[in-house]
Amino acid sequence: MYDFAYHRAKSAADATALLKGKSEGRAMAGGMTLIPTLKQRLARPSDVVDLAGAKDLAGIKAEGGGLTIGAMTRHGAVATSTEVKSTIPALASLAGHIGDPQVRNRGTIGGSVANNDPAADYPAAVLALGATINTTTRKIAADQFFKGLFETALGEGELITSISFPKPEKAAYVKFPNPASRYAMVGVFVAKTAGGVRVAVTGAGPGVFRVKAMEDALAKNFSSAAIKDIKVPTDGLNSDIHGSAEYRAHLVGVMARRAVDAASK
Amino acid sequence: MSISVSMTVNGKAVSGKVEARTLLVQFLRENLSMTGTHVGCDTSQCGACVVHVDGQSVKSCTMLAVQAEGAKVMTIEGLAPSADKLHPMQEAFRDNHALQCGFCTPGMVMSAVDMVKRHNYQLDEATVRRELEGNLCRCTGYHNIVKAILAAAPAMKAAGV
Amino acid sequence: MTAAPTGIGARVKRTEDQRFLTGRGRYVDDLALARPTYAYFLRSPHAHAKIRSIDTAAAAAMPGVVRIFTGKDTAEAKVGSLICGWVVKDKDGNPHKAPGHPPIAIDTVRYVGDTVAMVVAETASQARDAAEAIKVDYQVQPACVDLARALDKGAAQVHPEAPGNLCYDWEIGVKADVEAAFAKAAHVTKLDLVNNRLIPNAMEPRAAAADYDAGTGQYTLWSTSQNPHVLRLILSAFVLGIPEHKLRVVAPDVGGGFGSKIFCYADETLVVWAAPRVGRPIKWTAERNESFQTDAHGRDHVTHAELALDKDGKFLALKVETIANMGSYLSTFSTAVPTYLYATLLAGQYTTPLIYANVKAAFTHTAPVDAYRGAGRPEATFVIESIVSKAAAELKIDPAELRRRNFIPSTAFPYQTPVALQYDSGNYPPIIDEATKVSDYKGFEGRRAEAKSRGKLRGIGFSSYIEACGLAPSQVIGQLGGGVGQWEAAQIRFNPTGNVQVLTGSHSHGQGHETTFAQIVSDKLGVPLEQIEVVHGDTATTPFGMGSYGSRSLAVGGSAIMKAADKIIAKGKKIAAHLLEASVADIAFENGTFKVAGTDKAVPLGQVVFAAYVPHNYPITEVEPGMDENAFYDPANFVYPAGTQVCEVEIDPETGTTEIVSFTAIDDFGNIINPMIVEGQVHGGIVQGVGQALLENAVYDKSSGQLISGSFMDYTMPRADDVPSFKVGYKVTPCPHNPLGVKGCGEAGAIAAPAAVMNAVRDALGPLGVRDVPMPATPLAVWQTIQGAQRKAAE
Repeated sequence: MYDFAYHRAKSAADATALLKGKSEGRAMAGGMTLIPTLKQRLARPSDVVDLAGAKDLAGIKAEGGGLTIGAMTRHGAVATSTEVKSTIPALASLAGHIGDPQVRNRGTIGGSVANNDPAADYPAAVLALGATINTTTRKIAADQFFKGLFETALGEGELITSISFPKPEKAAYVKFPNPASRYAMVGVFVAKTAGGVRVAVTGAGPGVFRVKAMEDALAKNFSSAAIKDIKVPTDGLNSDIHGSAEYRAHLVGVMARRAVDAASK
Repeated sequence: MSISVSMTVNGKAVSGKVEARTLLVQFLRENLSMTGTHVGCDTSQCGACVVHVDGQSVKSCTMLAVQAEGAKVMTIEGLAPSADKLHPMQEAFRDNHALQCGFCTPGMVMSAVDMVKRHNYQLDEATVRRELEGNLCRCTGYHNIVKAILAAAPAMKAAGV
Repeated sequence: MTAAPTGIGARVKRTEDQRFLTGRGRYVDDLALARPTYAYFLRSPHAHAKIRSIDTAAAAAMPGVVRIFTGKDTAEAKVGSLICGWVVKDKDGNPHKAPGHPPIAIDTVRYVGDTVAMVVAETASQARDAAEAIKVDYQVQPACVDLARALDKGAAQVHPEAPGNLCYDWEIGVKADVEAAFAKAAHVTKLDLVNNRLIPNAMEPRAAAADYDAGTGQYTLWSTSQNPHVLRLILSAFVLGIPEHKLRVVAPDVGGGFGSKIFCYADETLVVWAAPRVGRPIKWTAERNESFQTDAHGRDHVTHAELALDKDGKFLALKVETIANMGSYLSTFSTAVPTYLYATLLAGQYTTPLIYANVKAAFTHTAPVDAYRGAGRPEATFVIESIVSKAAAELKIDPAELRRRNFIPSTAFPYQTPVALQYDSGNYPPIIDEATKVSDYKGFEGRRAEAKSRGKLRGIGFSSYIEACGLAPSQVIGQLGGGVGQWEAAQIRFNPTGNVQVLTGSHSHGQGHETTFAQIVSDKLGVPLEQIEVVHGDTATTPFGMGSYGSRSLAVGGSAIMKAADKIIAKGKKIAAHLLEASVADIAFENGTFKVAGTDKAVPLGQVVFAAYVPHNYPITEVEPGMDENAFYDPANFVYPAGTQVCEVEIDPETGTTEIVSFTAIDDFGNIINPMIVEGQVHGGIVQGVGQALLENAVYDKSSGQLISGSFMDYTMPRADDVPSFKVGYKVTPCPHNPLGVKGCGEAGAIAAPAAVMNAVRDALGPLGVRDVPMPATPLAVWQTIQGAQRKAAE
């Protein structure tokens, strides 16, 4: 790891101020991606601003029938929250299967969503549930937030403060983990909300994406049978030693059907 | 850049000078000469470095020393209640031959203690196996580790730890 | 015999656990040295390149840098080549091609990870910072990566000394006899296999630290070694020329080895070599990515095999053609693995009268390949047990039954196989009987049907393995080209107060020798366990030993301890005879006491020991004082553990995921000293075998030679939820030629499991018309296999 200057932020505003003018500065939430990246010398930030002390960024609140989850809320807290379990059990379950227990004790929802790793779990939930990303400067709809491989709509120095999720009628997330890394090789979040049915896929492509054909079919008939013949095109899907594009495309169908079945229970 | 850091490790106040890039595990091993916590990988996966920070299990290779400022850290060296008495989890590992080369053992034991507490002393085999996702062992085939953790859960409850 | 709880056969809790459980183990990286420096090795990013130039000027000026060494420095200092200690002669009687292996590449790099420069600095981070500032001008060359193509015309060449990348072309058996048997066969089963390449991944990465005492000229190397004396011998006699008595090698607590820590590597060589040049101690610990790139890998065979059977399913002959990957350079024992540890095992547990094997060893631009848990024997077992199960499926004979029909009968031992080995003992039918019982083989078809009702494909697989281990009779090793003796040494040293130090040349890196060896001594000499200390791993304190690998510690090292104990008893009898005023012939030793036969006169061993150290009333003219005996033991033969594993799997055809639902292992390890420890060895071995079958695969990019599976992110290590709990059991036929009657247990699990798992996977997919599945049977591989079968069925 290259050395850097370390700063502790006491609040979101403090963090924004600390990052101002530091073009090579980085905010650190749980550090579960940033620290391994730094250890491999794949990044060389001049400054790292630690958000752990920003109390205004943590916590889970019931709001408008849904939930608002502070950016610094750890995966473990989301997984075990009675609030989340009763309002959006699929989200609690997703959080409870991110990484391993030690990662869940440190990793945060804001960090995961801001990083937008193509194999991360949370982006699938954010997109499928049609969540709103609240930042230090604005509110961003999920559909406008994710911009492909590690890219988001966040501007320089802009931080996620919380994410607001509507309460779905039905929802479930099923993933097929990469056998080695245990990241999602294919993860499908299916949600039926007041806004309609959404199917969001992570792991399979360069970033989280929706499967329109499945959404349309499920809007008419929310059952796994309704999507059993829908083939996901292999164009643009990831291919590596663990899964070809064809295999991933196939798994999207399998995971989607299993998610619909789970959501229907 | 040299930074001062202070924390409590196994009940004792400690402090030292580190770089911002110094990992918690480096601080423990190099500054404090507490070499019970091990480093087995560079991708935060093997779990040989697991310690407790403020009561939660974390990978000390994926946390900066400065992030532990003011925290209460517990390592394998601090787990046993006294020099001649082991923690029930350590005892169960010994009784069930849950260690061979001993390298993954400190992290394994620290993860296991945390696991038992988080599950309120109620565990079954499938849960134990799933919860061990972040700890690799190359010697035991996990069979006896799983057995030891299942045996330790009621023993920890009985001992009130 | 002492009472059951601590002697031979007792499940004694391990002595070493106390320190490991409390964080007081002492591994190489834990070592605190005065004024240490830290080494970082700059490694080649290319599989094959010429080095046009190396510019270290900028790096040398970086903060904290102490020294930088390149291949120019080691060449000028005439540092020797890293050696391969086993000469394999090819078909024509010529020795294998042995190109040089400089510890730092001089003008050519030959694999991703090859050492290019060594940076020594005040801290490990500074050493790495500086290494990044070294400018190397590489001229990248085409690389030879694909083993199956390595011997083809036009393949990129690894060494000018080895034309066509051929290290050797070796054979065993008489080809014409085998061909004649095939001509008469009622049935021939054919099989193509790839034995996937593995990366050992002991949890402790390799590490080395060296210090040089300018006052005495003494070097000390602390190394993560399975065999410190062998490492000292290689460094002294072949590579660095340091007189053996001036080099001390210490292998303290070592965090697993599995073969990968047998070998003499460039890193530790350079740390020793550089220590006097730097004038301060040097420490180096591999990062995991370096372990992936530079630890010797395992397996990596491409094989075609054919089995000839008569109309009753009796095996008539077996022929095997194998290409074995040596990697870029020959590691310490690499040449022996696919020959004497592989082809000599191809008889398995069967009476196959004729066997021919041809092994071509190939150089490629990949990391060196050498022994990894089982070393050759898992590859042999995979061939035999795969082809036997395939034959059973083709002939519609029950796979257990086909094995029983061909087992060597228990009355046939000692049994001479057609591939050089003479099996000393064994009784295979009761093992498979027990395995079928424990695994409820009878109930399998019911379970298959039930699984099918849930949409799952269930399969069951057998693997009946044999291994030759306990390396080995030195004369045999010598005849086969091995460059060392393979005996083991032990010393039993009583202190005047009666407690005991047992010094052994074996090395424990997880196997529990400190407990098992103490049990032997306690049992034999009647000394309580707490009064016995087993000492190992330091050339300065222990007698010369060959170390631990090839499941040899107990069979060879334990036997040496027995011999030393016999000497203690023999000497004690002389002293006791004097003390008891009887003749030596009348003295008997039992339960720790010397007795005069037929009388109640007795003296305990402790009192005899005390008399030996305070020889006031002592037969001083006939018997030396002191009680300190050493012994060397060279075995009469290998030992031959054998067993049967039964694996049951369930496959989700939608995803290709294989779940192991049941796993049974019944083994014959001869007599067992500590069943608890033996079971642990079996469990661990099985999971390494399961890892090979379902999860682990070292993958290089076929054109660039980059290691794609270069971290735990891409190399699938078995985790706790990848495997079930195991059912293990024993049948015992004692080894007839060593004093403990023991065989070996360290490698068995890993030797047998790949075939058991793969046979189960093939069985599960059999109803779809699938006969073979590539190993590892990852979800992707299984899914693709199912897709292929469905396409074929649709045609």
